[in-house]
Amino acid sequence: MLVRTAVIVAALSLAAAPAIAQSFDDPKEFAHQRELMKMPPQGPAGKPWEQYVGGQTIDTSKYKKPGPYRICFSNAGVGNPWRVVGWTTMQAEVDLHKQDIAQFIVADAESKDDKQISDINSMLSGQRCDILIVSPNTTAALTPAIEQACQKVPVITFDRGVLTSCPVTHIVPIGGYAFGIYSAQFIADHVSPGAKVVALRILPGVDVLETRWSAAKHIFEEKGVKILGAEFTDGDRAKTKSIVSDYIARYGQIDAVWMDAGATSTAAIEAFEDAGKKYPVINGEDQQDFLQKWKSANLTAIAPTYPTYQWRTAIIAALHVLKGEAVPGPIWDLPDPAITQADLDKYVNPKMPPLHYAMCGCESMPGYPQRWGGK
Amino acid sequence: MTVATKQTKTLSARGIAVIGRLNASYLAFLALLIVIACITPSILEPAGFMNFLRRGAPLAVVASGQLFVIVVGGFDLSVGSLITLTVMGSALLINNDPSKTWWVIATMYGIGLLAGLINGLVVTYLKVPSIIATLGALLSIKGVALAWSGGSPQGYLPDNFRQFGRLTLHDIPLLGVLPLAVVVLVVVVTVFAWLLHRTNFGRLALVVGDNAAAAALAGVPVRQIRILAFVLSAFSAVTAGILLGGFSGVSTDAGDGFELQSIAAAVLGGAQLLGGRGSVPGVVSGAMSLTALFTLLNLLGLPKPLRDAVQGLILIAAAAYSVRRQEWAG
Repeated sequence: MLVRTAVIVAALSLAAAPAIAQSFDDPKEFAHQRELMKMPPQGPAGKPWEQYVGGQTIDTSKYKKPGPYRICFSNAGVGNPWRVVGWTTMQAEVDLHKQDIAQFIVADAESKDDKQISDINSMLSGQRCDILIVSPNTTAALTPAIEQACQKVPVITFDRGVLTSCPVTHIVPIGGYAFGIYSAQFIADHVSPGAKVVALRILPGVDVLETRWSAAKHIFEEKGVKILGAEFTDGDRAKTKSIVSDYIARYGQIDAVWMDAGATSTAAIEAFEDAGKKYPVINGEDQQDFLQKWKSANLTAIAPTYPTYQWRTAIIAALHVLKGEAVPGPIWDLPDPAITQADLDKYVNPKMPPLHYAMCGCESMPGYPQRWGGK
Repeated sequence: MTVATKQTKTLSARGIAVIGRLNASYLAFLALLIVIACITPSILEPAGFMNFLRRGAPLAVVASGQLFVIVVGGFDLSVGSLITLTVMGSALLINNDPSKTWWVIATMYGIGLLAGLINGLVVTYLKVPSIIATLGALLSIKGVALAWSGGSPQGYLPDNFRQFGRLTLHDIPLLGVLPLAVVVLVVVVTVFAWLLHRTNFGRLALVVGDNAAAAALAGVPVRQIRILAFVLSAFSAVTAGILLGGFSGVSTDAGDGFELQSIAAAVLGGAQLLGGRGSVPGVVSGAMSLTALFTLLNLLGLPKPLRDAVQGLILIAAAAYSVRRQEWAG
């Protein structure tokens, strides 16, 4: 507990800077993402990792050079299952382009800003990178290092952003507000007015998670859903189950559970089972354990996603840039589909590990499913 | 005359010592229960109280194992990662095949006993201070668990594994409901209490913790006693891993923080750091007080950073209080 607390405090202090620089409750961005959600994505059908929503493409002819290429990648880390799935998917994407990629040079920053900064510096000084892909660990801390890198090679960032527009493009699903809108809208539509919802959050201060929550809160207030409380679970299953059990003990019946991330959603559901209560209306994410529970218990549920296929997109974008082909930018908004009852069966696969993220776009890649831990 | 006075004094001092040792955690537990009951009266109903005990069971089990190491004058920081390894490893090995549950549980105890044995050997023969030895074990065991699973949970735990932490028996006379985890808790605690308070091993462990040099001169097999303490602690960690995996399922976080929580529970329960004193019932009550504290902070709905701060302060205050009581009691 104490160790964990120290880690969270450290993470918070790191996250504090971007928290000042950007608002987590920005009505303009909320409205913008709501618009994007309604737009049809452009790009090849059936390949959402190559599609983009809204925005425009940018000319990259000045980066054109002959292949094969040396692609450098500075990874924030593989410290959680989402990143593990994404990283596996990215490696599989590299394998698909053997003739174009001479070398794929990777540094794992192990979730440390200082390590990632020195990783980037040493890659640029010693490795002759043709292009640098960065998945930044934290927003503010990595900004100067990326600004420096931009002066030497084309840079592509994905997932968490940085406070500079110097990268050729920044790849990211529509965003946190969209997640909050999808999930809260679904819950509000499936409970009666005045229904009671508990919000479960991982931890405060992370931009993606904060925006998910602020959007959901707006929707709940708009629709008259009563928020009993918002609790931080640290992403810990035992803690999640205990918190939900406490709420059930205190309020009797809870009508819905909203989650800012799905990794502990099955623990929340089990609290209802163990208390002998009716299942709540709930949102999870595309984790297999949640999808399977959804199917077997016939839940009223939705799974907005933060697709791991963006790790594929980073490699695809890098190759486009080096070949001088236009890419969506300066922000490449990927579609972030929500899994609904209608397409649940398409994503459920009991042969995959519990925290495999189904929206990986990896089903037809070489080595699936073993490479992702499946059978 | 003088002899008689001295004896009465020792007796009454002992009486105070017993009260002193018991009071801190028992009173804390009672007080916390009353406050929780003001918010949710259901905790005082049999079903509510049993659920509470179930939630506290993993910590109580680890803390009473940890107590043996503390009593002989050490710390076991590896229990948390051993819990993680138990949960992750069981899921990997069982792979959702209920017929494998029993041999996997046996394997996990084997791994746990081996880890405890290594901890004990490193501390006694290589003479590495236990705080360093088990900190090393913490890192390597966690590393093994994450490397083995590739950093994210693999496989599922079938129902016959999860029942230890999840199943609740209904229609039990007097109690109404009885979670299986509480049965496991009672069995483990009874065995541990018997070991510490009723056997030669337990008495010798207290002697070793009080003064190892004197114990060695008196012919006590100090090394064996210490090694056995680490083995018992590892055994309790594997048991807690099975309970915790059963309660909440597979995750890489299972067991995080248990090393410090179990030491805190032991101190709350009147165990003396650096050895020589401690009681199993006291430590169980210490663990339940901590669980009650976590529950209460949840119920109060304080913002997380404030909750952590309050929790830290209460822990320090409680530990200081119980140390003081021991000093007053002499």
